[in-house]
Amino acid sequence: MDMELFIKYGPRILHGLWVTLELVGISLAIGAVLSLPIAMARLSKHKFLNAISYGYVYFFRGSPLIAQLYLVYYGAGQLRWELQDIGLWWFFRDAWYCTITVFALNTAAYQAEILRGGILGVPKGQLEAAQALGLKPLVTFFKITLPQAMVASLRPYGNEVILMIKGSAIASVVTIFDLMGETKLAFSRTFDLEVYFIAALLYLAVVEIIRFTWERMDNRLTRHLRPANE
Amino acid sequence: MKILKAIAIAGVALTALSATASADMKIRIGTEGAYPPFNFKDASGKLQGFDIDIAKALCAEMKAECTFVAQDWDGIIPALLAKKYDAIVASMSITDERKKKVDFTDKYYSTPAKFIVDKKSGITKVDPESLKGKIIGTQGSTIHSNYLEDLYKGSTIKLYKTQDEANADLASGRLDAVLADSAVLLEWLKKKEGACCKFTGPGFNDPKYFGVGAGIAVRKGDDKLREGFNKAIAAILANGTYKKINDKYFPFNVY
Repeated sequence: MDMELFIKYGPRILHGLWVTLELVGISLAIGAVLSLPIAMARLSKHKFLNAISYGYVYFFRGSPLIAQLYLVYYGAGQLRWELQDIGLWWFFRDAWYCTITVFALNTAAYQAEILRGGILGVPKGQLEAAQALGLKPLVTFFKITLPQAMVASLRPYGNEVILMIKGSAIASVVTIFDLMGETKLAFSRTFDLEVYFIAALLYLAVVEIIRFTWERMDNRLTRHLRPANE
Repeated sequence: MKILKAIAIAGVALTALSATASADMKIRIGTEGAYPPFNFKDASGKLQGFDIDIAKALCAEMKAECTFVAQDWDGIIPALLAKKYDAIVASMSITDERKKKVDFTDKYYSTPAKFIVDKKSGITKVDPESLKGKIIGTQGSTIHSNYLEDLYKGSTIKLYKTQDEANADLASGRLDAVLADSAVLLEWLKKKEGACCKFTGPGFNDPKYFGVGAGIAVRKGDDKLREGFNKAIAAILANGTYKKINDKYFPFNVY
């Protein structure tokens, strides 16, 4: 890539990378918080909770992220006066808030399913042992079930992080210029395919850092499950 | 040997024939299809608009068979270079930056850029100083976006994929102003959704940013096609076809 291009678009692309990380980081954190009650509702025997959480997960996993983003962003734009009446327009006016909301709700659905799978995977014997020790259900859940469910969920959770990083590239359709948005813009002005190559390398680097971190975490958290002499 | 030679000659003749036939008779034209009234898709999904009518008139003049391809704006030049089509008739302004990658015909229209704002916003001046701290929207990868990013550094510039999306966000109050081609904006202001808004300030046509009007882009060195278009543009201007198309869309002369 020639220097002029690099000086002009380099900082913008790096800024785009930062936007991507910020977007994904915040959404994942909010999604993680939301996923716990959703997962519990999915597992609950309460009919209403079960139906609602099932519907929620079904919707967010079953429709494309880009459609959800369009629906919220341009949908909110058309409901401006109604939203203003209930004092929520300032929130939906902002493209950043809209995007975070959609991303967080979307990843919450996936994370809830991951967590649910992890919880169901905890051996029954563990719960029976807890019961035999006289532990209360809540203590059993938070001290016995959840920690083990989270260890089991770690790998799929890492996949979800990587999917979000790549999926976040659609934020540029609502004027949030993330890594992909800045790259496309630079390309449309310079027609230099190298900018896509650089963007791919940046995505790759981020994904590799995550993969490496996850491997280390997994190794550490599952060391009690391996034979001592390995 | 003789037979081989004959086959070779026939082969060369055939390729030469088909080459001239395809170059002269068939032109694939790329356009955006999201820029009313210049190019857009009607209810049945067919491409319509000023650009399309002009292109059809030019093709008729050149006795060429033309087909149209709709392509997203930010990929419209790369797709030309990748030979997905042979010419772009999509209201593309002739600018020095684009000339580095493609060749242009003479202009086939030129209309100034203008700002639109919400009628109730109270914005009356649109110089960079007056719009400081405001949010301005426009379509990305356009002359308008370059102009805003260079001169309106005190404002927040929001870039959209299509002009209609920028307009929608002005109507909903997410933007304070939109800069775009005046003929395109006029079309939108006439619609129900555009009732919120109005033109403010002068027309901009600084050639440094806005070029000398819209031309047809062809691949570099495709001089035969470019010359053909140039002759055809001159011809439809002279024989009244251009005026007919102009009057179908605009109450003023856009050339």
